[in-house]
Amino acid sequence: MLEIKNIDVFYGVIHALKDISLTVNEGEIVTLIGANGAGKTSTLRTISGLIRPAKGSVHFNGEKISDKSVQDIVKKGLSHVPEGRHVFASMTVLENLELGAYLRNDKKGIKEDFEKIYARFPILEKRSKQHAGTLSGGEQQMLAIGRALMSRPKLLLMDEPSMGLAPLLVKEIFSIIEDINRQGTTILLVEQNANMALSIAHRAYVLETGSIVLSGSGKELSQSEEIKKAYLGG
Amino acid sequence: MEQFVQQLINGLSLGSIYALIALGYTMVYGIVKLINFAHGDIFMVGAYVGFVSITYFNMGFFPALLIAMLFCAVLGVVIEKVAYKPLRNASRITALITAIGVSLLLEYVVMFFAKAGVRTYPENVLPNLEMTILGVRITFTQVCIFAVTIALVILLQFIVHKTRVGKAMRAVSMDKDAAQLMGINVNNTISVTFAIGSALAGAAGILVGVYYNSIDPLMGIIPGLKAFVAAVFGGIGIIPGAMIGGFSIGAVETMVSGYGSSLYKDAVAFAILILVLIVKPSGLLGKNTREKV
Ligand SMILES: Nc1ncnc2c1ncn2[C@@H]1O[C@H](COP(=O)(O)OP(=O)(O)OP(=O)(O)O)[C@@H](O)[C@H]1O
Ligand SMILES: [Mg+2]
Repeated sequence: MLEIKNIDVFYGVIHALKDISLTVNEGEIVTLIGANGAGKTSTLRTISGLIRPAKGSVHFNGEKISDKSVQDIVKKGLSHVPEGRHVFASMTVLENLELGAYLRNDKKGIKEDFEKIYARFPILEKRSKQHAGTLSGGEQQMLAIGRALMSRPKLLLMDEPSMGLAPLLVKEIFSIIEDINRQGTTILLVEQNANMALSIAHRAYVLETGSIVLSGSGKELSQSEEIKKAYLGG
Repeated sequence: MEQFVQQLINGLSLGSIYALIALGYTMVYGIVKLINFAHGDIFMVGAYVGFVSITYFNMGFFPALLIAMLFCAVLGVVIEKVAYKPLRNASRITALITAIGVSLLLEYVVMFFAKAGVRTYPENVLPNLEMTILGVRITFTQVCIFAVTIALVILLQFIVHKTRVGKAMRAVSMDKDAAQLMGINVNNTISVTFAIGSALAGAAGILVGVYYNSIDPLMGIIPGLKAFVAAVFGGIGIIPGAMIGGFSIGAVETMVSGYGSSLYKDAVAFAILILVLIVKPSGLLGKNTREKV
């Protein structure tokens, strides 16, 4: 479904991504783990078109998207929950969700999705008239996920959804991610919480200073000695 | 008391004009974080377009108002595309200097075509009516200025809060990356913002023309600065703040000229700005935003 071939990304002279290739198949949860500054966010931003690779290509459902605008990529069914949530702070929860459906005009479908998202995140319905900036961190994360789902994505990119959340909430977010996947959305998940990410992922890639150093099934990697040492604290 | 109400009425007309200009300042700042120093000159161009429409094409007030707004909207978009867009990722000071350059360019291009001297709007663009209520004189022109301003502000609020493009404008001004991820075209949204802000300045231009009758190529400098003060006073980037700021500066100015001396009116306006900024750096309605991590 998603195929990244040999991309290189630079920020000025900083070589952030070095010859990265990875694939995500339809129906999978694939996770990309790595330490701070490894290039996880850069990878996701390249996929959604916010930054351009200097070399290499990104294909989505067989079509090259690495030369397309962000809007066109969103239109094709790719949605990105950015690192740090980036909800629209001075807009209401309702308006945030509406913006998630910005490119759609099927009123009926949008209404259905509102109901689905409110069923999944009841707190968002309760807070629907409240400014997003007044929500707690966990609520903002739910809003960011709900907002991304409002475009009915085929592929959902998630950048550290568990960042800064209490352990109980982290569990909840991960079970929500699994559930979204079960309902038919393919997921590429970036995480520093390698333990949790590997436990729900079908496949995983490990990123180290801009290069992919390991890949395999979630199970394999969570048992690999190297991974245990570097990311799982033992 | 009469004197006070009279000054307040006069202040409302002047404040309307500042508010219209301040709205454009604040909207543009909100979306591209640029103090568009050419904004006061767009207001001046609006006054000239109104002048030409009325004097040479014998248009009535409202058609001329529309033409001025339209012309300024296009001008604003062109300026953004040609002068500011290429510098969007450059340092702020670069963009600011460019804005000053655009300002001078507009002033001297108009001077070239229209001569440097003062031009006078015809006397009777709007019917020369006035009424006196309890000793307070209100002219029809003042009523018109106020009514046009309120109508435009209501229209603006409607666009910003109820329409798709308005929501896009707010989203882009809050968070460009996130807005893009929603599928919003940031460039088009910025263009729309420049168009609307410049159209409001154009409206202010023709209103000044019919209110004070005389216009000149440098007429945009001082009102532009004061509208900037109004925008900062209300909280830059905040639309209702620009309104309140505009009306406050207008009222203060007429009060100072009415009770004291018109010599001091500008000094007082700027002194108030400094005071507000010392007490509340983010402006009257500004809030010190915090982000949750
Ligand atoms: N806008 C930028 N300008 C310059 N360098 C950048 C920029 N964004 C990222 N980098 C650099 O690129 C490298 C990869 O950053 P990236 O944000 O992709 O890492 P990450 O894996 O997401 O890290 P984290 O876990 O901290 O979010 C880092 O060395 C970072 O300093
Ligand atoms: Mg990151």
